[in-house]
Amino acid sequence: MKQFAPNTEVDFVVIGSGAAGAVMAKELAVAGFSVVVLEQGGWGAYGHEQDYIKDELLHLYSQDPVNRLMSDPNRQRNTFRRSDKEKALPGTHSYGCVVGGGTVTYGASSWRHLPYEFAEATHEGTIAGSGLSDWPISYDELEPYYTKAEWQIGISGRRLDSPLFSPMSKDYPVPPLPQKSSGALFRIAAAKLNLTVVPNVAAIITRPYQGRPACINCGMCGGYGCQVKAKSSSAVTLLPAAVATGRCEIRVLSYVREISLARDGKVKGAIYFDAQNREIFQKAKAVVLCANGTETPRLLLLSTSNLFPEGLANSSGLVGKYLMSGNASTASGLFDRPLDEYKGAVTGAAILDFVPSDPKRGFYGGGRMTARGQESPIQFALSGTHGAPSWGAGYKTALKDQANRKLTVTSFITQLPLETNRVDLDPEVKDAWGLPAMRITTTSHPNDFKSMEFFRQKSIEILTAAGANTVWADPVTDSSGGAHSRGTCRMGNDPKASVVNKFHRAHDVPNLYIVDGSSFVTGGRNHPTMTISALAFRAADHLVRAARNGGVV
Amino acid sequence: MNKTKTRIPTGQSIADGSLPSRRSFLATSAAVVATWMAADWHAIADAGEYAQLARQSARVGGAVNLAVFTDAQVAELEAMVSQIIPSDETPGAREAGVVYFIDRSVATFASASRERYLQGFEELQKKTLEMFPGSSKFSALNPAQQIQLLTDIETTPFFKTVRDHTVIGMFASPQHGGNYRKAGWKLIGFDDTLNFTPPFGYYDQRQT
Repeated sequence: MKQFAPNTEVDFVVIGSGAAGAVMAKELAVAGFSVVVLEQGGWGAYGHEQDYIKDELLHLYSQDPVNRLMSDPNRQRNTFRRSDKEKALPGTHSYGCVVGGGTVTYGASSWRHLPYEFAEATHEGTIAGSGLSDWPISYDELEPYYTKAEWQIGISGRRLDSPLFSPMSKDYPVPPLPQKSSGALFRIAAAKLNLTVVPNVAAIITRPYQGRPACINCGMCGGYGCQVKAKSSSAVTLLPAAVATGRCEIRVLSYVREISLARDGKVKGAIYFDAQNREIFQKAKAVVLCANGTETPRLLLLSTSNLFPEGLANSSGLVGKYLMSGNASTASGLFDRPLDEYKGAVTGAAILDFVPSDPKRGFYGGGRMTARGQESPIQFALSGTHGAPSWGAGYKTALKDQANRKLTVTSFITQLPLETNRVDLDPEVKDAWGLPAMRITTTSHPNDFKSMEFFRQKSIEILTAAGANTVWADPVTDSSGGAHSRGTCRMGNDPKASVVNKFHRAHDVPNLYIVDGSSFVTGGRNHPTMTISALAFRAADHLVRAARNGGVV
Repeated sequence: MNKTKTRIPTGQSIADGSLPSRRSFLATSAAVVATWMAADWHAIADAGEYAQLARQSARVGGAVNLAVFTDAQVAELEAMVSQIIPSDETPGAREAGVVYFIDRSVATFASASRERYLQGFEELQKKTLEMFPGSSKFSALNPAQQIQLLTDIETTPFFKTVRDHTVIGMFASPQHGGNYRKAGWKLIGFDDTLNFTPPFGYYDQRQT
């Protein structure tokens, strides 16, 4: 791999190597630019994927910063509160933190947004107390980049010509994942209730593709790295292609603390702590920030200067605001025969009928209902049984009788963007590097509780129709952070009402690009990854052109 | 006995692939993890080797080289784990060798729990005497008495720790010392092949 000295000015520093950072690094390097990717996590099993740990105990309890795949709330400390009236308490917010970011461990759902999801303010009107707005781009503008992303990354699925499914200019490159029992049960329910079931669209290849083998349905998928490279993570798709150009260096265990501003109002590089906690300045002609919907705004808020005392690129005051951390609802049921959901990918199938908003329901928004039931042994035995004692003969009977018989309906639901929901800096708590910890403040709009309750009830209906002998659903709970965070540097045409323009260039800083979930104006149906990748391909296209014309580097 | 109840705490992540079961698992086991934080990969791997050796040694009637607990403590612990996952027509925590898993875990990556165990054994003895005057050993009580006592202490941190460690030892990979001959995995019908072809379960088989 090409290595650059930090005092050598490279064309681009890309901060983060996940769904967005990997796209930017690869597209920029292929276009001929020099790129240093700063990744705060370790290599994981990059290049040695067969070494990913498929041992539940080792995987769940490993605290080693080099081998772990998710951020550690004891190091990447964060605090949480529901409103400004509360003092924030230590939180458990965590996200993919390894080369490849969240794409290494995610469940790999890869849904496009639907056309109307880019113009919901137009369709729904304003909603009091929310910042519901249209995107500055349309679905049609993004469509070619969805296609590009799907084919470069390797997405499996089966298109459906229906208003419930995003229109596609080209089919998915590989066929969908095999049906699981959860999907079969969805179909039983759907036949009775007249609903539309499709296989989950996933970044998991089902036949050999671009030199990678097909999924072996091992089942240790969500939360784990893939041992056979069938999960199309950035670490096995885009990043190796970026490195292969000879113009891209991935620098791991590099925790960025500041994006540095020059006197002329342009950024000049980034300062990070290396594995030995040394402060290093990497010089660059431009910076591309792809650190995720929570770390991206935090880093901007940490990067203060005379020009930007309230945080870099924050003249609008909106950096960190409009956080959408992701609403969901769940219900579960037990069935008479084994589903054996622990085999195969996390998500078996999806019901699409309630994706569109429908004013008759009495709330704005919709959701995608997914069929799940995967539990690994320790996970199931510690907390997966229902209505049973937690020890003794009754516990053992429940373990035996309930194992592999559970179907969980998880709905991924809209969440309104509210200005009060945000990421900022905790005034007291520091992270393991001595920097102000991330503070998350969020309470969903009353509208969103109505939608979560709707999906809770709908899930019970579906489980019952599918033939469950027992059905239960905990009361709905508000979201509180996590890997689906979006909206915190929203894009728009008005510099007073947004942080980046429609090409992800910061309104305030000509050579700073911000590309990840933070750019979202509205959250879609809480399946963000495919849109993050598509936005990144589009941003990269623009950035390459701008850089070649001398406008950026 | 208390009902298993899962709550999603404030600040817990919603990540695709970790919804909902993994999420609630992490929530429920947050307390377990907290006491296991000293863990690192190598310590866990070492613990597994020692636990296996101890179990093999016990099986052939040799001296068991325990790491933390005395023989007397192990007898008490074994009586407890045997009530948590009892033996019936299928093996329970006793046959799965869970005590060896716990002993070596507490010696290594779960060392933060050591004091809780040592103090817990003392409390257990006191409780035994208090509830069943004349008896000083939990392991010497009859099964009904043991269940009565454990029900009395089931909300204590000591019992919860033993319960969670028993479950983890029963269902973690046998290489960590418990789950002997995959007794736990057989109980729940888990196949650790990690390479499957459809159909996977009853319902998709029927629909294909």
